[in-house]
Amino acid sequence: MANKEILKMRNIVKTFPGVKALQGVDFTLREGEIHALMGENGAGKSTLIKVLTGVYEKNDGQIFLEDKEITIHSPEEAQKNGISTVYQEITLCPNLSVAENLFIARDGKKIKNWKKMNKESEKLLQSLSIPVKATEQLANCSIAVQQMVAIARAVDMDCKVLILDEPTSSLDDNEVERLFVLMNNLKARGVGIIFVTHFLDQVYRVCDRITVLRDGKLVGEYEIKDLPRVQLVSKMLGKEMDDMADIKSDEKVYTGENADSDVIAVEALQSTAGIKPFDFNIKKGEVNGFTGLLGSGRSECVRAIFGADKVVQGTVKKDGKEIKIKKPLDAMKNGIGYLPEDRKNDGIVGDLSVKDNIIIALQVMNGFFKPFSKAEAEKFAEEYIKLLNIKTASSETPIKSLSGGNQQKVILARWLLTHPQYLILDEPTRGIDVGTKVDIQKLVLQLASEGMSVTFISSEIDEMIRTCSRLIVMRDRQKVGEIKGEDITQNKIMSTIAGEN
Amino acid sequence: MKSKVLNNSKTFFKKLTSNQIIIPLLALLFLIVFNLIRDPGFFEIKVVTNTSGHTVWNGNLMSIIDFGSELAILTIGMTFVTAASGGQDISIGATAAIAGSIIARILTGADGRAPQGMEGSLILAFLVAVLACVLCGAFNGTLVAYFKIPPMVATLILFTAGRSIASWINENRNISIVDDKFMIIGGFIPGIPIPTPFFIAVLCMIITALVLKFTTLGLYTQAVGINENSSRLNGINPKFIKLLTFMILGLGAAVAGLIKVSRTGTCNYAGLCKDIEMDAILAVALGGNALGGGKFNLKASILGAYIIQFLTTTLLAMEVPSTALPAYKAVVVIILVVFSSPVVREKMNKLSAYIKVKTAKNVGKEGEN
Repeated sequence: MANKEILKMRNIVKTFPGVKALQGVDFTLREGEIHALMGENGAGKSTLIKVLTGVYEKNDGQIFLEDKEITIHSPEEAQKNGISTVYQEITLCPNLSVAENLFIARDGKKIKNWKKMNKESEKLLQSLSIPVKATEQLANCSIAVQQMVAIARAVDMDCKVLILDEPTSSLDDNEVERLFVLMNNLKARGVGIIFVTHFLDQVYRVCDRITVLRDGKLVGEYEIKDLPRVQLVSKMLGKEMDDMADIKSDEKVYTGENADSDVIAVEALQSTAGIKPFDFNIKKGEVNGFTGLLGSGRSECVRAIFGADKVVQGTVKKDGKEIKIKKPLDAMKNGIGYLPEDRKNDGIVGDLSVKDNIIIALQVMNGFFKPFSKAEAEKFAEEYIKLLNIKTASSETPIKSLSGGNQQKVILARWLLTHPQYLILDEPTRGIDVGTKVDIQKLVLQLASEGMSVTFISSEIDEMIRTCSRLIVMRDRQKVGEIKGEDITQNKIMSTIAGEN
Repeated sequence: MKSKVLNNSKTFFKKLTSNQIIIPLLALLFLIVFNLIRDPGFFEIKVVTNTSGHTVWNGNLMSIIDFGSELAILTIGMTFVTAASGGQDISIGATAAIAGSIIARILTGADGRAPQGMEGSLILAFLVAVLACVLCGAFNGTLVAYFKIPPMVATLILFTAGRSIASWINENRNISIVDDKFMIIGGFIPGIPIPTPFFIAVLCMIITALVLKFTTLGLYTQAVGINENSSRLNGINPKFIKLLTFMILGLGAAVAGLIKVSRTGTCNYAGLCKDIEMDAILAVALGGNALGGGKFNLKASILGAYIIQFLTTTLLAMEVPSTALPAYKAVVVIILVVFSSPVVREKMNKLSAYIKVKTAKNVGKEGEN
């Protein structure tokens, strides 16, 4: 290939207080290629992009653009050097026309020749085959077209490197297709495109090469044909295929009454959060889990079951009888508890005390006119602070001043207090210390052996293997498989996530 | 023994300074000391016979608890609205005017020409006013909660239109209601020397306290104000809670309107409860409550309301012309608000921590010596 290297980043180091976000990462982009930048959350993708676009200043390392070393201090400077970025969220002005958006703040001229501007815009749009009129107001265009306009604007500013940061996450399949056409179009013009996405299928559809990051380090740079999907997944997760032995302990299994009957069973459930309809069931005393890469739709599934997102179709049965879950309270009244993935925004009520945070769910179920007395609330709080070993100065301490792990325990206490029959734990171990992680996993197994059904979601596959007896595998927002019992191994999970046998 | 007492007083002091009620308390203390220095006679209470022939107590303190009543009642509702929605209702003065106008209309009968006594039932009049005001609150609340319009903007509608509606209800006639029984509400109960509005305000506070004790309103409004997402995932209906707080505030506006009409025996559409919304918002802020919503302290808010009235009375006693009153008030308000702002509080905390470290060092040195 005669394609020359257009952008080289060498030994990039970026540290934040307490975190080494990038530790000597190399990245190379060639002219006229689409290069996927892959990695799980916290791998350093966004940091690398932000260093490249001047949002962050690197601590060490060099950036070469067309063999000339450059230093970038701000996004404007990046722009001037021909490095443009299009983000997931549209950063254009919806109240202006397409043409205005294409040309606004582009040159120093104060007065614009509108006719000329519209004409030039029309030409540009046509050359990129973007199906929109230059005079159309941007807000009236579909998200995909808005994205394309953003790309057109970026490209037209003499762009050599185009960064697309999760451009497809809010698009439907058709819109993604159209975006790919545009990307290939640009590729043919010699633009180097850095493509950041969670969708494996899309990577294998359009990309030429892949760079994988993990924990702030470069894992490697691969030609797409040299890296099968399973390999990619294993590199992203940092597990070699045969590296992990099955470490399932001989936990106690619930064998009491109704051990074989479904507590919750859903059919063709679909919510507005953009997941394909899915089936799901859980038996009494069972621990199962949703697995898949970040953004694969595992959280959206459990949110649909709990009524956290608006459900558009499907049925939910509890103990064989159909129930209607329109809002979280309906789910709670049917004995479902839900610990959300985003602890800060969906879980804690920051300024309220630990005590109030513990009792709030049970209080809501108890009813508006039956508040707990101070003594009752105090009793509940003390009981669970002791039970879960929550480290807090007192039950009156605001929850936001606790450490992440203890905050998570408070939320867990909140749901245990409601004595649910079915408990959903979405990433209960994220961002907390190892000791607490183990505590929570043990607790889950203990609760299950006492007859509670638990759905456990974690990004760490080890944890899933340790706790779950059945895994539902998600990819690209749909259920793609189920793994049971003996089959739950690292290899099997990764190959199912990747979609290969 | 001595050290124990010292310790106790220390923890008490610590508790007090960490409580947000310290801000209005300090402001109150300042006003009291200021008046004591300026003119100790300010606090004098005289026993006089008023125009209706009752023996009543008269003095600045009495006028503070009298004229502060409407503000205190509205401040209760404003505190809830602020906590749940993170914004304020600026239409309550106009809503109170609507209440006043309805009461005047019903009391004076269909033709509106009954200068002598009441024709309609007072209870009926009040209930209709309550209904209208709660509906106004529901209108505001719906715009805020369901249509997600910022509270200031949503309530601007009634702020602008309310007084026109009030005057339209009575076809813009000047109404006067001369009736001894009706005047009791804004005046004095025969034989009791303390003004009636004060008792009404206290009654409102007691009812609020009971509501907070026997429902989960307090927990819900704070939870919704702090984290709406999380509240929803815990089964609370944040939209309804916001709506409810606006309706409660509407109820307060009806009571305030009733007191105001009874006080003067007339209904002045343009002037009734004018600008009281600003004072109510200020009272909430003075109480140390975050105007962005979340946790609230009702006692501190109510104290804040009376402090504002205290300030007004002080200025009047200093013979500041009533037209210049707002300007003087503004100066005091600036001082109070800046003093209670998070930035200053943080600085103060740092300062006190610094002093503590220094004294601790000194104590250490003394120990060495």
